[in-house]
Amino acid sequence: MQRMQLSYKYINLIITIVLFFALFAVGSVLYNGFFSTQVLLNMLIDNAFLIITAIGMTFVLIIGGIDISVGSVIALVCMLSAYLLEMQHLSAMIVIPGMLLMGFLFGVAQGSFIHFFNIQPFIVTLAGMFLARGLCYVISIDTIMITDPFYQFIATYRIPLPFDNFISISVVIAFALVLAALYLINYTKFGRAIYAIGGNAQSAMLMGLPVGRTKVLVYGLNGFCSALAGIVFSFYMLSGYGLHAMGLEMDAIASAVIGGTPLTGGVGFVTGTLFGVLIQGVIQTLIMFQGTLSSWWTKIAVAFLLCLFIVLQRIVVSRKERTKSIS
Amino acid sequence: MDEANSLLKAKGICKAFPGVKALINVDFELRPGEIHCLMGENGAGKSTLIKVFTGVEILDAGEVFLGGNPIAPRSPHHAQQLGISTVYQEVNLCSNLSVAENIFIGREPLRFGRIDWKEMKYKSQELLAKMDLDIDVNQPLERYSVAIQQMVAIARALDISAKVLILDEPTSSLDAKEVEKLFGLMRKLRAEGLGIIFITHFIEQVYAVSDRITILRNGELVGSYETAQLPRVQLIAKMIGKAFDEFESSDKSVKGDALQESRNAFLRVRGLGHKGSIHPFDLYVNKGEILGLVGLLGSGRTEVARTIFGIDKADSGEIQVDGRTVKINNPADAIRYGLAYCSENRKTEGIIENLSVRENIIVALQAKLGWMKYITKKKQEEISKKYIELLNIKTAGPEQIIKNLSGGNQQKVILARWLLTEPKLLILDEPTRGIDVGAKVEIQKLILSLAETGMAVVFISSELDESVRCSSRMAVLRDRVKIAEISGEEMEEKNIMQTIAGV
Repeated sequence: MQRMQLSYKYINLIITIVLFFALFAVGSVLYNGFFSTQVLLNMLIDNAFLIITAIGMTFVLIIGGIDISVGSVIALVCMLSAYLLEMQHLSAMIVIPGMLLMGFLFGVAQGSFIHFFNIQPFIVTLAGMFLARGLCYVISIDTIMITDPFYQFIATYRIPLPFDNFISISVVIAFALVLAALYLINYTKFGRAIYAIGGNAQSAMLMGLPVGRTKVLVYGLNGFCSALAGIVFSFYMLSGYGLHAMGLEMDAIASAVIGGTPLTGGVGFVTGTLFGVLIQGVIQTLIMFQGTLSSWWTKIAVAFLLCLFIVLQRIVVSRKERTKSIS
Repeated sequence: MDEANSLLKAKGICKAFPGVKALINVDFELRPGEIHCLMGENGAGKSTLIKVFTGVEILDAGEVFLGGNPIAPRSPHHAQQLGISTVYQEVNLCSNLSVAENIFIGREPLRFGRIDWKEMKYKSQELLAKMDLDIDVNQPLERYSVAIQQMVAIARALDISAKVLILDEPTSSLDAKEVEKLFGLMRKLRAEGLGIIFITHFIEQVYAVSDRITILRNGELVGSYETAQLPRVQLIAKMIGKAFDEFESSDKSVKGDALQESRNAFLRVRGLGHKGSIHPFDLYVNKGEILGLVGLLGSGRTEVARTIFGIDKADSGEIQVDGRTVKINNPADAIRYGLAYCSENRKTEGIIENLSVRENIIVALQAKLGWMKYITKKKQEEISKKYIELLNIKTAGPEQIIKNLSGGNQQKVILARWLLTEPKLLILDEPTRGIDVGAKVEIQKLILSLAETGMAVVFISSELDESVRCSSRMAVLRDRVKIAEISGEEMEEKNIMQTIAGV
């Protein structure tokens, strides 16, 4: 009985993981060559930037906020680094830390508006989204190709793995972030304060937790993650363009929700988000192998998944309320 | 009083908010090893005093001493560090986190810089065991009842080495068994030398558990008393603000012959109750009668009104309107049967702040007619003007935005709103609270004249003299139970108070 109730919170997470492996199994049965480690690794390579930004988003969702500026920030980072590398001929060693700092500060600024002026996060980050996207076009309305040797090297370098498999450096970065996020959220005061604030900000304040600082830092962290995702995205695209990463913020939110992080705050899993991204990756791959369907079917499949998971969450919550009133 | 024997001492505390003096020169003293009740009606200043102790509000003047040393709490966190912890009525914990985390969050045991979950689990189990609480500390807090959550909150408070524990209405959502368990814990803590400030409005509980009582009224100290030496009637008299002897001389005019239950009762309820808010009660209201609901704050007066009006859906009993049994599932049903309810929260449940007087008056009529039936602007204006004149509402005109009116005039607008629906039964919950004396008398007169036209009125007020003046019959409530009905000559303040006190 106890064990069953324990799984309430984890129900989405478990379903997502099971579903991922089920879809992978389906692909393996249907299509030749689907069942290989490299197919799995390619999903990671193609979605490394999404994993990174979705993890930042998970933190924001756990404190009960939202940040819809991340897609634009990614575009801005691509654009600005392309401009600085190609037009200003700055070294990548300066550009990369600069971009990360900019992302962090962008997030901190948004977080400060949200906390100190008590404005809804949706509106603040909507403004942030327009600002970042607009700035892209101020830099250039055309695509700027990145020819910087360091970027070229990272983009094409393949880290060899046993049995002829390989991954990109981006995947390593994404996984390093996943591990760091897991540690942060489970083993630090900061991480636990995020859950407390998401659960009940008023209580957290009365329990003496630094609510304001934590909130602002979480948005800062998310800004940092989107900048990092932007850098990884520029490795992937090797260009800066104003239309890059259009709507990516929604993909990030969808990944987190599918991974068991509701928008209501107080609950969320880094591992879940990782699988939330991967499930979209496996659907993409399935459609690719199928060959005749347009890639937009991925979105349709994600729409159904989201719907399913939201309904599931609702059922879990109402069941919980019922058992509470009985006991 | 022995200086050395005081744990928390406050001297000459003053605190003002814009327009209100919340605390005026209040003294308070808590001794170690005592349970001290802080009593007072709404607006007496209890919560402001607590907020001063816990650093939520900074005092304007006065001094606070803890164990003889002057202190000045700046925030709840700072107060906790000093040794003053508070457990609120609404448990202020994070229900999504585990029990162990709720006890230790913000001060988690660390090991090599990371949270030591094992240690945390072990320590919290140990802590709860001391309180005879054997629960799985890894479960999220929301799995447990409010009573257990309350205990967990106390465990947290105690572990932050509390010397003073403030319990702010901790029992309002507990059942009798849970209350007894909490009291057991409080007595145990008292024996260990802790000072406990206990706020409750349940008179029974005050006498069950407390050693001393401090009473506040309108921001001023009435006095501190040994519980054993303060009879209940005296306590209530002091809270309401009348010397006990004054009642002897109060006038005993008999209003109406309401003793006999007339056959043409407009509203009759039998065994109506709502779990958790009001025990099943019987009640009837005749046409042209004003029924007063009296009792202390939290005794269930408002809950009776809300249950009748269908805001809280009754889970037992039946309602008869005009002799016919009806089902009232929501306020819309109630309005259809000719009921009207003016809420006690004028600001949040009454006026619609940013709309005009006219729009505020029309809204209930519109709801009654259905949203599809358009009332022409001209008609609306006519109606508004008529009621502004009738009720003597002081406003620049029907188009004035209602939030610019005074409290008394806002109240009249709300009355107009409901009168317009031509109710046969009008429930008024604290219609005169927070408005000046002149407007009060006007509203009272208006209520009496409405009853004369044959309207049945249920009148709720915290001011006993007002209730006596207006009502033709009274129902007395205590601790969410209807305990008596009083009418005729028995309806004088002293007698009512004794009924409320239960002696």
